[in-house]
Amino acid sequence: MSKKNPEYDFKWCPGCGDFGVKRALEWGMEKRNIELEQPMENTVVMAGIGCSGNTVHLLDGTQPFGIHGLHGRTLPMAFGIKMGRPDLNVVIVSGDGDFLSIGGEHIAPQAQRNLNVTAVVMDNGVYGLTKGQSSPTTELGVITPTTPFGKLENAVNPLQLYMTLGVSFIASGFSSKVRELADLIHEGMKHPGFSMVHVQSPCTTYNDNFDSLKGNVKKGIDPIAWDIPEDHDPSDRKAAYEILNQGGIPLGILYKQEDSQPLDARVQAASEKARSQSVQQLLDSFTI
Amino acid sequence: MRTKDFVVRFAGEGGGGLVTSAELLAQVTSQVGYHVKTFVTFPSQIMGGPTFAQARISTDPVLSYGDELDVLVALDREAYNTHQSEVRDGGVIIYNAEDFQLEEDGKSFGMRIDELAKSTGNPRAANMVMLGAISYLVNMPDHYLPEFVTKRFSRGRPGDEEIIRGNVMALSLGSEEAKKSGFSLGELEEPTPPTSEQILIKGNDALSLGALSAGLNFFAGYPISPATTVLVYMERNLIGPGKFVYQASSEIESINAIVGAGYAGKKAMTSTSGPGLSLMSEGLGMAWMAEIPCVVVDVMRGGPATGLPTKVEQSDFLAAINPAHGDVSMPVIAVGTVEECFYGAALALNWAERYQGPVILLSDHGLSEQAQNIPKPDLEKVIEENRKIYQGTNGYERYSGEELSPMPIPGGPGSYVANASEHDGMGDTTHLPARHVEMTHRRFNKLKLLEDDVYESENTAENIAIMTWGGSKGPTREAYDILMSQGQRAAWYYTMQLSPMSPKLLEELRGKDLVIVPELNYLGQLASVLRSKGIRAEALTQYTGTPFKVSDLISRITDRIIARQKELVKA
Repeated sequence: MSKKNPEYDFKWCPGCGDFGVKRALEWGMEKRNIELEQPMENTVVMAGIGCSGNTVHLLDGTQPFGIHGLHGRTLPMAFGIKMGRPDLNVVIVSGDGDFLSIGGEHIAPQAQRNLNVTAVVMDNGVYGLTKGQSSPTTELGVITPTTPFGKLENAVNPLQLYMTLGVSFIASGFSSKVRELADLIHEGMKHPGFSMVHVQSPCTTYNDNFDSLKGNVKKGIDPIAWDIPEDHDPSDRKAAYEILNQGGIPLGILYKQEDSQPLDARVQAASEKARSQSVQQLLDSFTI
Repeated sequence: MRTKDFVVRFAGEGGGGLVTSAELLAQVTSQVGYHVKTFVTFPSQIMGGPTFAQARISTDPVLSYGDELDVLVALDREAYNTHQSEVRDGGVIIYNAEDFQLEEDGKSFGMRIDELAKSTGNPRAANMVMLGAISYLVNMPDHYLPEFVTKRFSRGRPGDEEIIRGNVMALSLGSEEAKKSGFSLGELEEPTPPTSEQILIKGNDALSLGALSAGLNFFAGYPISPATTVLVYMERNLIGPGKFVYQASSEIESINAIVGAGYAGKKAMTSTSGPGLSLMSEGLGMAWMAEIPCVVVDVMRGGPATGLPTKVEQSDFLAAINPAHGDVSMPVIAVGTVEECFYGAALALNWAERYQGPVILLSDHGLSEQAQNIPKPDLEKVIEENRKIYQGTNGYERYSGEELSPMPIPGGPGSYVANASEHDGMGDTTHLPARHVEMTHRRFNKLKLLEDDVYESENTAENIAIMTWGGSKGPTREAYDILMSQGQRAAWYYTMQLSPMSPKLLEELRGKDLVIVPELNYLGQLASVLRSKGIRAEALTQYTGTPFKVSDLISRITDRIIARQKELVKA
């Protein structure tokens, strides 16, 4: 909304990966809306805190509904939106700090429930907005303002984590591959269940790892990102783990549970079985 | 001797039997037209530990649990030692003779309760043995209990007749034991049955039903004593199309879920107790900031931290009006009776819809478990308010101006961003000083919509007033009535709507020389807030984890009134 709104003065740094994620998100949501023949107002973009969270203010075109919520609480708030209104499409935009550190406790419950929302996590391996502190995906030994003698923790492997927690759709993308990322987001939105699209979205100011992700022939750097082969069967958990075991950053759809049943479908099935009573009937049951 | 009122306490090791006995007594007596109130307290553990449950039965509406016991049923020696001093002169103690023996003391008799129950062929009839004994002691008409038992166990099952026969036999065995003891408490007067249809209900159930009657359709909660029964009630009953209930993974999830649901157009609520309220702090701030309707029920227990999970305290008022950092003043409704649990919950939902923001409803442990007969609410008279929904075109600025504006709902027109950061009309983040001033005014201005001017007042010409809040209403009112009958002079004020409080009520209170505020906390929380509004308020505190006794209130209020009158004369 920045173009319409001079009062909103937030800017991503030049070259920030989040620009690419924003564009991919716009395309992915649009594709899904066309498919569902729904207006953009049926989509809610739920943002957390950090550079990633500002995506909700920066979207171009017809505006979805948005929330720029609390730090780390995108999932529980998305849970309220989706279960209150299963007819809405809910997309989360978050970052590695917001989603995996302060918000980490919320991933497992939604994975077990198979909440039907799509979370797009922009991973830059650093706390950008607060100026460069270490995040859960910062590598062991890296020096940052809060790890002046090198980070003492191992980095989280987010894809491994999502697999272990039982997320039913897991994709890995890269902000520089916008079209592919848009497809992953669209596939995630189509998936009936909890879908994670984890995106490498480098921070050009505090953790510029573009070279490492893409490789740089001149500097003799081999890319750590690689495309998941087309013959990978995403419904095969074992195959997904084998891909993770190969190391680096695999890009593409890692895992997709075939018979995924989202929470809203489970709730509906349970409520059809239950005998509901009117408030008057409930009140009458206490009559002396 | 005829008596209008009696109090029975069942005490012993925890478990359902004691509570069941008190509740059965309440059920049977309320069915024949008596007024009843129960009180339960237990340790924070699944089984065992010292528990007691009591029932007060009266020919008139019951305001407090009763200070003194007419009958104590002590199931073990520890229970006897703990509770026997609370038995009034002329009261009777029934003790479990299988557990311990007492010397003849002129007020106790032993009963081999379990043995008598077993002799009926139904070892589970122990509470019927106890009830039989009690019914004899108060000279209850013989047919009340057997009729009740017959009705209760006629469920169309093969074993019904046997169960009824065993239970009726247990009743008469208990009655015979009491007769043999030679004790009697006189004769309970015939009831004057209430004129309106009554329900017998516990506070948390009434609260749940009140919320449902105002259109609640989304609930998320995390188990915590003494709020859990609200979650349990909702899990069973908030079902069907358009409704959703779920056990959340934490109170942080609960609050964020109801904020999300409120944003999406639902009438959303959670229930918790003190520790959960602390965890909801930030989420409540978000709801206040982004103007999202939702209701948080805090069934108070003793605090701080884990505190006293199963005891009575009213120490969350300050946390409720100011649960979050920053400039926040949360609307707070505090219920004081089981009946108010119903209407207060409906009002909380209506307030949230009306001013588009979070509302806190305070109840307490005492009310939560307390079963009482109340007039059956007429659902047709329950008002259900709905938020103003935006119906225009896109490009709407929801947060424009310093007053309430219609709220867009996802799926409809007027997409905007609900922002936890300070924001402009569209909800986009801003740091402009003028905007923060405007938005702060906007958030506080909306509170005026809740100034309902609904409160109780009596003897308003007096210059000393009594104004309690929440669950202390019952004992304070009973004390007040007695004080008035003794010729004391004081005004009475009471309201559920603690914040914002009626400006008219505040004006009246400012005119008093002294406002005495009985409340169950150390700080004198409501009194301190009243003082900040220019009222000469003074708390009368208690922080024992137990409710006020009427006799204590009478003597403490009397002392304070006399002292104040002397001060005034000197001045």
